[in-house]
Amino acid sequence: MRSGKTPLGCSLWIGIGLAGMAMGLAGCGGGGNADGQRIEILNVSYDPTRELYKQFNEAFAQHWKDSTGTEVSIRMSHGGAGKQARAVIDGLEADVMTLALAYDIDAIHEKTDLIPQDWQKRLPHNSCPYTSTIVFLVRKGNPKGIHDWDDLVKGDVSVITPNPKTSGGARWNYLAAWGYVLQQELGDLAVLDDPQKAEAVAKAQEKARRFVTELYRHVPVLDSGARGSTMTFVKNGMGDVLLAWENEAFLAVNELGPDQFEIVVPSVSILAEPPVTVVDKMVDKHGTREVAEAYLKYLYSERGQALAAKNYYRPVAPSKVPEEDMQRFPDVQRFSVDDVFGGWQKAQQMHFNDGGVFDEIYKP
Amino acid sequence: MATGTATVPTSGAPAQQRVATTEPWLVRGMLTVTALGFLGLFLLMPLVGVFAQALAKGWGVYLQSFRDPDALAAIRLTLFTAAVAVPMSTAFGLAAAWAIGKFQFRGKNVLITLIDLPFTVSPVVAGLVFVLIFGRNGWLGPWLQAHGIQIIYAVPGIVLVTLFVTFPFVARELIPLMQAQGTEEEEAARVLGASGWHTFWRVTLPNVKWALLYGVILCNARAMGEFGAVSVVSGHIRGNTNTMPLQVEILYNDYNFVAAFSIASLLAVLALVTLVLKSVFEWKVARQLALAERIEDAEESLS
Repeated sequence: MRSGKTPLGCSLWIGIGLAGMAMGLAGCGGGGNADGQRIEILNVSYDPTRELYKQFNEAFAQHWKDSTGTEVSIRMSHGGAGKQARAVIDGLEADVMTLALAYDIDAIHEKTDLIPQDWQKRLPHNSCPYTSTIVFLVRKGNPKGIHDWDDLVKGDVSVITPNPKTSGGARWNYLAAWGYVLQQELGDLAVLDDPQKAEAVAKAQEKARRFVTELYRHVPVLDSGARGSTMTFVKNGMGDVLLAWENEAFLAVNELGPDQFEIVVPSVSILAEPPVTVVDKMVDKHGTREVAEAYLKYLYSERGQALAAKNYYRPVAPSKVPEEDMQRFPDVQRFSVDDVFGGWQKAQQMHFNDGGVFDEIYKP
Repeated sequence: MATGTATVPTSGAPAQQRVATTEPWLVRGMLTVTALGFLGLFLLMPLVGVFAQALAKGWGVYLQSFRDPDALAAIRLTLFTAAVAVPMSTAFGLAAAWAIGKFQFRGKNVLITLIDLPFTVSPVVAGLVFVLIFGRNGWLGPWLQAHGIQIIYAVPGIVLVTLFVTFPFVARELIPLMQAQGTEEEEAARVLGASGWHTFWRVTLPNVKWALLYGVILCNARAMGEFGAVSVVSGHIRGNTNTMPLQVEILYNDYNFVAAFSIASLLAVLALVTLVLKSVFEWKVARQLALAERIEDAEESLS
């Protein structure tokens, strides 16, 4: 009872020593933006861009070193686009954002003073260096015979898609399905703005709503990001079809073998435009504006466009990309959010905000 | 069994045990098989699975996983977080248990309930609370920003939430023991002229040392393994704010299954070491607690 002071004293001192050591370690490794010859910027991105930016960051770091002599390291954070925007609003110190859709960056402007309202006008093509679309990934041999959007709601087909509340890709999926029905019903999407056809449009909208409602009855689980859904489909073996970014579908086929999965391109899909921007307040605080702006511009360069194409993002300047890299993209008729939904602000408010259409139709 | 009977001096105990179980062998057998089956299915198989996946492409690839700078950063951050959070939780736990076990005061029950709070709150909620307090739009957000202090989405936030979720471990272990031991020995020490500090170091602390180490081990396990709360405040910046559990998820989602399970296997090894240490300390604590109770009983029967 009275002995045993030694082991306790020992372990206490070891603990204190460890803490001190670890603090020293962390002190060495920490921060250091723009001090001397080494710069660090943080790119907060959405879920499926992991592979693209891994390659692009290396290319840019080399380019920046060659042209300015300065070392730059780019840190990445990936997650569902909505979640990532939320993190930046709550204080994640992003120098640049490369998100899945414009609304999430708009939200940052609305809730903070980090970026100006006209952020999307600052780079070509509405600040979207690449576009994409939504396709279907099915299991080898397409056992459920899925060829177009209609087939998703047939019988016991099980559909995997992420949660539109947190994921940008999920919102593109949802709007693509909705737009498909409008296209089917109206034949020509230009009719949407024709006041004389208002009745037909209202009927088509109602039909689209019923179709999307039915579609989400076929969804067993909603992951928070696109990559989570992909893993649910390819690794955990759930579902018959994955609604996926085109790049995400190609990557899954490449990573896990064409003997397991097939890509099905629907007759109509959406023109997905993932935008990029510098976060003004942060780059000014970190003193990284110059390199951050150059980083985003480099996405539009020959090298950036080629890397986008290589990772199955559709480059906005195909002329800068070798012909054979463009052939991998199947022809698909794509409608834009502006044409069909009157822009992201409207689409978000009507469909995805609290109390919007998605909340009404999705009853798990 | 042999060592058990050898070290426990109370004679006759094994004989009693043999009589105590009167169920037919079939029932006993089935119960044993069920228990072992469950153990194998839910504990052993996943553990084997982790190592099988980690070594799927051989030792070379396995070891390569630990050479990745992001993985090293995650390991470093995890160790750092534990190294800060565990001593602080320990100091708090000791102080709280000492106050509760050795003194009578108003609001004692409230304090005990508060200590349990981190156990009852979901880790995600715990993380969100810290975002609410320290986030850009949080209560302290504007002040922190004005002074250029970054808490959330940086290392301090991760340490803070880890502290929050590990707070009760040491206190919870010490309180019952300190209450059972009572204050007689401290009183004796004071009567013999020891100072308060002296009494604490020479009497109180040695009396609870095994329970303390047991609590520290549990606390450390949780500090290294916490996912939910840390995930909320991490920001998932690669090579910077990812702890080992977060890094496992990221690597898995990167199609980098071997690396994911390699890090997971390291976590598993840490857990196994913890388990062994825990068992040793648990056994020591049980002995100490039994001793304290026996002394208490003896005193009661005397008076």
